[in-house]
Amino acid sequence: MSDLRDLYEEVILDHNRNPRNFLRKPAETNRHAHGYNPLCGDEFEVNISIKDDVIEDIAFEGAGCAISTASASLMTEALKGKSVKDAQKLFQGVHHLLTEADDGQDLGKLAVLSGVREYPMRIKCATLAWHIMQAALRNEQDTVTTE
Amino acid sequence: MTSVVEQKATEARSRQLDVERLRADFPVLHQSVHGRPLVYLDNAASVHKPQSVIDAVGKFYSHDYANVHRGVHALSERATDAYEAARDRVREFINAADRREIVFVRGTTEAINLVAGSFGRQRLTPGDEILITAMEHHANIVPWQLLCEQTGARLVVAPVDDHGDVIMAEFSRLLGARTRLVSVTHVSNALGSVVPVRQVIDLAHRHGARVLIDAAQSVPHMRVDVQALDCDLLAFSGHKMYGPTGIGVLYGKAELLRDMPPYQGGGEMIRQVSFERSIYADIPYKFEAGTQHIAGAVGLKAAIDYIASVGMDAIAHHEAQLLDYATSRLQAISGLRIVGTAKEKAGIISFVLDGVHAHDIGTIVDQQGVAVRVGHHCAMPIMKHFGVAATARAAFALYNTEADVDALVAAVEKVKEVFGHV
Ligand SMILES: Cc1ncc(COP(=O)(O)O)c(C=O)c1O
Repeated sequence: MSDLRDLYEEVILDHNRNPRNFLRKPAETNRHAHGYNPLCGDEFEVNISIKDDVIEDIAFEGAGCAISTASASLMTEALKGKSVKDAQKLFQGVHHLLTEADDGQDLGKLAVLSGVREYPMRIKCATLAWHIMQAALRNEQDTVTTE
Repeated sequence: MTSVVEQKATEARSRQLDVERLRADFPVLHQSVHGRPLVYLDNAASVHKPQSVIDAVGKFYSHDYANVHRGVHALSERATDAYEAARDRVREFINAADRREIVFVRGTTEAINLVAGSFGRQRLTPGDEILITAMEHHANIVPWQLLCEQTGARLVVAPVDDHGDVIMAEFSRLLGARTRLVSVTHVSNALGSVVPVRQVIDLAHRHGARVLIDAAQSVPHMRVDVQALDCDLLAFSGHKMYGPTGIGVLYGKAELLRDMPPYQGGGEMIRQVSFERSIYADIPYKFEAGTQHIAGAVGLKAAIDYIASVGMDAIAHHEAQLLDYATSRLQAISGLRIVGTAKEKAGIISFVLDGVHAHDIGTIVDQQGVAVRVGHHCAMPIMKHFGVAATARAAFALYNTEADVDALVAAVEKVKEVFGHV
């Protein structure tokens, strides 16, 4: 039996209970996207304010499971102050972490998401907010889904 | 002389299932999942198959299989006999008046789409109404929305109260001169509510509307008698009643089926074809275009035989006991809320846990070997009514035990432990 604590890490439970950058909208939001996971009904909206190709502020709204909520919260923490290019790199890194056997690049705090690897049904939960963020950066107005 | 009380007690005992013995009939149940004995409580999604059903399908393919109604050779004759014997068995099982009222389809979803595509497209004109309830499965919502787009008809939805009962006064009020079809579920797959379909059918008939019953969740768990109900149409799936996937039934009153145009065209559903025009076969073949799921029908017959050998009343009684037991045990868990507390319920319990998303419940109880369904149960509108995106759902079959409920309760306690809610 895989240890549930690998999935439900303390950091994940903490970010689920008290999501950061949650339920608010950056004052100068100029990138925005919405997405959901039709399988479980998780639904988020990500708002970003970008200035000179740097993510000045990022926040999210919506509702989802512990994994998707914590991943969204951790994402907003990690991306604040990053350039758009670095944000893309981090997205690749998280994707690698979740789908490959090894951790790949050093992701700092985001490494707690590695426990999700053992639960293939939950990978889409962990990537949902990241896909929405990408869509927001591309300024896509369509709703993103995990399917 | 035995007293009435004693007699009742004897009757109740004779209705008790010997579940341990019955469990031996289901090979899939005897395995471990994540190192724990499997506890299967996802029976509203699909039910496991007894060995007799698995064997019936295997034996049919090994000995008697051929296409039906087409050959003069021995195997074709045997296969045709087996296929038609399955139709007879279904007729008897739901007490239809005539074997020609039994149409084989893929399942409930196809049956409802058949009615929408045939009856619906033939009879509905702009402004006509189809009345459903707020707790239908998507299979009993989306086909009507498609039909409304094609015909200009309107979909009308009867509300459900906070327990999960249809508000019958509202239902009556919404029935009108333009209501052509009432299509309601017999048992809600999301909440377990049993809908008073007898009353629904009477009311609808008084307004001259036809009635389709979605019996996907009732036929496997209670006696359903189409003549006693007087429904015009009724749909159910083999895989939810111990039978194979890919086979299901549309029942329709003969006079109605005869008037309905074919749903799909092809072989088997015609009497004569020329390029000028084709003459359709009689019912039920008019609705069975192409090669059907012949072995599926054979398996469905074996499933009905199995249910009959156990006894439908005993199954219903057993599942009602499990529902009572599970309801009281789950209610005792602090922070747990049961969604759906209708006056009459079948063996389905949906619940949510404070501060924990249903998806997380699903993963953690699965690690304890317990299989439940989490999500919106293909019934997003009713989930919204109850203000939840998703619930966890346990649903019982004849092979479940109180020990299964205990395992679920322990697994839910584990969820609370992981989330630090102890
Ligand atoms: C009430 C109800 N109606 C319809 C369906 C659809 O059945 P099927 O997927 O077998 O066509 C289901 C199955 O989930 C159901 O529970």
